Formats: sequence, structure tokens, C-alpha cells
Amino acid sequence: MSVTDINETVQYLTFKLAEETFALDVAKVREILELSNITKVPQTPDFMRGVINLRGSVVPVIDMRLKFGMPATVQTVNTCIIVAEVQMEDEIIVLGALADSVQEVVEMEPEQIEAAPHIGTHLNTDYIKGMGKLGERFIMILDIDRVFTVDELTDVQR
Amino acid sequence: MIEQHIVTYREEAIELLAELETSLLELEETPGDAELIGRVFRAMHTIKGSGAMFGFDEIAGFTHEVETVFDLVRNGKMAVTKQLLNLTLRARDHIKTLLDASVTGAAIDRSDGDAVIAGLKQLVPGVEPVAAVRAAQESAPVAQAADGDRKTWRIRFKPIPEIFLSGANPLNLINELRDLGTCHVIAHTDLIPHLNEMNPEHCYLYWDVILTTNRGLDAIKDVFIFCEDDCDLKIDLVDDGQEESDQSYKKLGDILVERGDLSPVEMNKILGLQKRFGELAVAVGAVTPDKIQSALVEQQQVKNVRQERAAQDATTSIRVPAERLDQLVNLVGELVTVQAHLSQTAAIQNNAEFAAIAEEVERLTGELRDTALNIRMLPIGSTFTKFKRLVRDLSQELGKEIEMETEGAETELDKTVIEKLNDPLVHLIRNSIDHGIEMPDVRLAAGKPAQGTVHLGAVHSGDSVLITIRDDGAGLDRDRIRDKAIERGLISVNAELTDKEIYNMIFAPGFSTAAKVTSVSGRGVGMDVVKKGIEALRGSIDIASTKGAGSTITLRIPLTLAIIESLLVRIDTSYFVLPLSHVEECVELTRDDIKNAHGRNLANVRGTIIPYIPLREQFEIGSNRPEIEQIVIAGINGNKIGFVVDSVIGEHQTVIKTLGRMYRDVKGVSGATILGDGTVALILDMGVLLQVVEAQELTASF
Repeated sequence: MSVTDINETVQYLTFKLAEETFALDVAKVREILELSNITKVPQTPDFMRGVINLRGSVVPVIDMRLKFGMPATVQTVNTCIIVAEVQMEDEIIVLGALADSVQEVVEMEPEQIEAAPHIGTHLNTDYIKGMGKLGERFIMILDIDRVFTVDELTDVQR
Repeated sequence: MIEQHIVTYREEAIELLAELETSLLELEETPGDAELIGRVFRAMHTIKGSGAMFGFDEIAGFTHEVETVFDLVRNGKMAVTKQLLNLTLRARDHIKTLLDASVTGAAIDRSDGDAVIAGLKQLVPGVEPVAAVRAAQESAPVAQAADGDRKTWRIRFKPIPEIFLSGANPLNLINELRDLGTCHVIAHTDLIPHLNEMNPEHCYLYWDVILTTNRGLDAIKDVFIFCEDDCDLKIDLVDDGQEESDQSYKKLGDILVERGDLSPVEMNKILGLQKRFGELAVAVGAVTPDKIQSALVEQQQVKNVRQERAAQDATTSIRVPAERLDQLVNLVGELVTVQAHLSQTAAIQNNAEFAAIAEEVERLTGELRDTALNIRMLPIGSTFTKFKRLVRDLSQELGKEIEMETEGAETELDKTVIEKLNDPLVHLIRNSIDHGIEMPDVRLAAGKPAQGTVHLGAVHSGDSVLITIRDDGAGLDRDRIRDKAIERGLISVNAELTDKEIYNMIFAPGFSTAAKVTSVSGRGVGMDVVKKGIEALRGSIDIASTKGAGSTITLRIPLTLAIIESLLVRIDTSYFVLPLSHVEECVELTRDDIKNAHGRNLANVRGTIIPYIPLREQFEIGSNRPEIEQIVIAGINGNKIGFVVDSVIGEHQTVIKTLGRMYRDVKGVSGATILGDGTVALILDMGVLLQVVEAQELTASF
């Protein structure tokens, strides 16, 4: 999916990783949790922080900062877990993503969103659906399905 | 609604096909058994009948052809031969194919079905009648075949006096009705004139028929199709098969009024006299004794049918979708977790009343858990029957004489476990037949009976089921396996191995000692798949073999996949769960012990050297080792291996949760569970952990 596929007004949840603001389609977000005890699964990459107990289900948690090449998330009172539904091949899996803080829900028109530049974001643009302009701020809209592509997540042997 | 009926039909058809197969295989052993033949016939008849009803026309058409042949068998006009059974089994498979294709929409190879039909038709003429085989039952099997909507009908059949002139015989028609179901016939004689007035070519009788059938109105009308104009026919539904609560039936008077034999006015007059109604009605002359008799019969039959139905309802089982059961088990699993939390909180609170409640909840939860898991338990016997077929077909193909014995078919296992056991068992049995059992002449030369035996048994053992596959064939060739293993570089030339270790080589991927590849086995795929399949069920495989006398493979399978008994341990701040079925004992490991072993991961337990895996290092968990650690000693593939943890907390009822897709490739962790305080603990797969460490040490030593 690219910016050209965005042709209707969508609500986005904005959150911060380090100093940058990101956004996620609210339809993908199931809930937001306080940071709880994460159980690390041995012999897995660092960005896979482990699993949590979500009302009786075991849900994996990802550190997005590590995934995007930033330093690991430092726990503060604002740190939270965004529980999202991610499309992986043909199934939908539920997973948690660590965020430094959750901001707000904003509505953006398609014309507010531009394609992500290939350079200058310090991020793999594969993960970015587009750049939203909100007042003076730029918000990076994540393509969550691509952030968690199967081969990367399930290839824990590396 | 229709959609739902179709699904039900498929489920039923699959069950019927399984029953058909069982009956056919039993029939092979006792070819004259009329009851078995009846069962085969009924199964096919039902598949055909309901198939046609729900639009499975091809299945109905095909089954009809086969059923026709079996009708001959049932009536003793044809003998049960091996050829017939072969063809019928093939026919069964074809029906299954048709049924599957109706789901998947796959293309169907009709040539197979046609071949079966052609083969069956060839069998029909010139077959000597067999006296031993008689009709299964006197009453037609149709009525028993499906208990769906058994309705009771009242048929008044009053032919015109000249009916004989048209060539029809009323008795034949009534006999035809008899074939539709349970039937009572009452002849009315009140129209017969005096002898001097009687025309011998006329019919003066008429009949009341009370028929209970599941065949519907059309089937009844069809009986009278050729004489509709020559008779006065009245068909009424008197019991629609639905009404369940009330077993009693209408009063006699009401029946007569309803039939028009008695007017309401007359009835009321009679009722006023306060005597037994039937006698009164006759005494008054309003109706003839025949009519009373007929009404009484109707009353009795409907009563009987309703009673029978009530009795059936009391004992009957219900069909529940598997996912609903899974959901129930999941919920019970969550309840167990919550209960653990409750018990833990109660222990801290130090409140006697609260503790008592928590204990009560614990007891109830335990019972609920056992009951819920029990619902999913099925006897393993259904799978065994399938293997009978496999053995039969394969031995024919290979020209060997093999008999299959089964034992413990009633042993119960979780439904999902049984499903997943199927493939590994198929492989193992194929192996026994192909590699194990020798050709008849070889067997005779070795002083064994020409017929080989494959024994399949299941028995409960603690929280597991032991499944044994035993054959009296050639046994495993120790030296050949060893040579092959050396050739493939699995072991070094001078490795000292026990028999057990050598036998375990056959589970290596691609391992085969078969001199030639047959269609059955020898390609070297299989045994490693078997091992993986069994391990996925958290089971284990054990091989014992004597050269020349056969081999025995024993599978140990846990009863259920959902909840296990386990040992909760701690390393630093992380909790892990080890399946208790593998754990043998726990011993201490002190700093001194480690020093005495000179850096080797070996512990001396009562004089035996036991290698161990320090999980702290293995999982790269930081922080310092405590003064005293614990070794959990587990038996894995017959070896004792220790797993070092910081401390052992105790036994734990573990509800298994999957780690999901993201962690499915993690080696050594088979799942997760939620502890009483809500934290997640990982379930360790000790067998896989051992393999991982072995592999690491192998690469490190190169």
C-alpha cells in the first residue's frame, strides 16, 4: 500500500518514538495498555521484547525503536503498549508495540498526506505509508502490516 | 437451514462410511453373518436416501447401484466373496471421494466409480444362491435406517368392489405399505353381504392401516398410484413425529369422530352413559366392533411410538461442533488460571473464611477441568479400523499374508491428539508391513507361520497413553543400520553405541535401509516425520527389536494437549515450566560440585554421572549464579539429562497457550502459560533443548 491508496478521511492514532511522531490507522489498533511485565523468550532478536498476558492470551511485544534502528525504549511513566492487529500473509495476528507515549487521535484528509521522501527520514521507507502534515508538524504514517512482515518476525534463528 | 442440513448430511455420511468399512471388514471374517450384511445394506441405503434428499444426486445414483447388488446378497441370491468385498470397499472410497469433492469442488475421476459398477454388475449373474444368508430382518430395514421424522399415518383404503377386475390385488398394496415401516392393518368386514347376495369377483373388504414411517406422504401415495381411481383413499397424519412431551393420544371417541365413523352428536350421547366407551359404542350399534378394534390399534401404536421416542431421547447423544468444545476447554483453561490467582491471594490474606472459599473453588475448578477435557475424549478404536483397511490393502499389494490384531480400541484420547496421531501411525504400520513382515515363503523357511501378525494396542499409563505397534517380522538389522549410519556420516566408525541408540538412527532424516524403493516405503521419508509428529504431541517413541523375531514400537502420548502437570522453576526473575511427565528427580548443585567437576557440565548423582545443561547460560540470562542451584533431572529418550535452574518452586497445573506465529520457530520453547499472579511463564521442551545443545557442542568441537 502506498500514499496513492489513501483516498478517504481516516482517523489516526499518533504516538512518539524518541522525538518523532508516528501515526497508525485507528482501525488497526485494538487497545492501549500500560507497560506490564514482559517475559523475554530466549534466543530471539532484541527487538522482540517478549510476551505479555493480555487477559489470558499470550501476546508478543515488539520494541519499535529497535526495529527502526533507534536506541532501545527506556521505560518511563508514559511508556505504553499499543495492541494492534497485523495482517500476516493470510492471518491476522495480535501484537503489542512499545511506544514512548501515546498522543492523540487525529483525522487527516487524503490531501494532507504526501508520499514519504526516499531520503531524510532515517527510516526504511518501506515501513512508511506516507507523511501527514498537521499544522507545522510532520507525522509519519506507518504501514504496520509491512513493519511486521512475516519473514522478518518469524526468522528468529538469525 | 438447507446449508445446515447439508453439513449434517456430510457428517453423517462420513460416519456411515466408517461404519460401512468396519462392517465390510468384519464381513470378510464372517461372510455369512446376516446381521452384518443388513448393516452394510442399511448404511448404503441411508447414504443414498438422504443423499438424494439433499441434492447429492451423484452419490445417491452411485450408491444405488451398489445397494442393488447388496440387496441380492441380503436376499440370499448372491454370496459374499472376496471380490465383492474388494469392489464394495472401492465403492466406499469412491463415495468418500464424491463427498469430499462436494466440499472442495475438486474434479472427480468418474472412471473409478464406473469400473466398480461394471465389476459389481459382472458379479451378479451366475452366482449360486447361498442358503445361509437370509434376509436381515423381517420388517424392512428402511424404517430403522433413519430415525429422522418418523410420522404415523392413518390410511383408510377402501377399494371399489370391482377392483379385482382391474388386475390389482389389494393385499399386494398393503404389503407394500408394510415395507415402508411399522404397520398395523385392520380389515373391516362389515360390508360383506350375505352369502346368497355375494358376488365372488367383488371385493367387499376395506382396511385401516396405521403406519409409522419416515418416508413421507409421497411414498405412501406412490403405493396406490396405479389404483387411485379404483379406490376410496384417505390418508391422515395422526402423529407428526415432533410432539414430544405428551405420550398419550387422542381418546377413542375422538378418533372415531375424526374418521367420520361416528358423529359428534352420537359420541356425546354415548359419553353420557359413563361406561367404557368402546363397549358402549358397539352396544349402541353406532359402530361395528371392527372399527373399534381399528381405532384401538391406532391409539396403541401412536402411544408405543411416542413412548419409544421418549426413551430414545433420554439416552441419546447430541452432536456439537468441535469448535464449541474447544471454546469450552479454553474457558476452563482461563478459569484454572484465575483460580490459581485466587488461591494465591487467599494464601496471602490469612483469612480462614476466604481460604475455605478459595479451596472450594479450587476443587470445583479441578472437577470442571476434568469433565471438560473428558468431553473431548474419544475412543481410539475408530482409527484402528482405518488401519485394518490399510493392512488389508497393503498386504494384498505386496503379496504378503498379514493379520492385524487390535487391542484396547476403547482407550480414550483427546480428539485432536487422535487426529494428529493418524499420519505417524500410518507410517509405522506401513513400515511394519513392508520392512518387518517377510514374504510367506521366507517366513516358512524361518520356521514361522506363513501369515504374519501386526499387533496394534493402546493402553492407559498415568497421564499418557501407550500405543504399541508390534510385528512378528524380521526385526531391525542392527548392523545394517549401523553401517548405513556410518556411511551417511551420522556416527563415527568406532562409536560405541547401545542397541537403543542404533535403533534411534532410523529417525534421522532421509534414513532408509531398504534395498529397493517400493511404493510403500523405502524412500527414507517417514520415520523422521513420524518422530516430529509424535514430538509435536509432546510424546516419545521407543523401539525394541529382536532380529528374526520382530520389533515393537511404543509411542507414549499425553492424554490431552490443553492442560499438563508440570514443574514450575525460576531462573533469576524468569519463570519456566517443565512438563512433569519427563521429570524424574531434583537434586542440589553447589559451588563445590561445580568445582569438583573441573568445568565440565557433569553432576555425580548417587554414583551416576549425569550431564546437565545450565539453562541460565543457555538462555543468556545475566546476573550471578546463586550459591546453590537445582538440577532437574529428566529422562529423555532413555537418557538422564539434568537442567540447572536457580530454584524449583513446585508442581503447577499448566494451561498451555501457544506463543503464536511470531515465535513458532523458537527452539526449545513449546508454549507459554499464565501463572497465578498474571505473569507469563514459558514451557520448555526438554527434548528439543537437548538437541539444540547437542548441535551446538557438535559445531563447537569441529
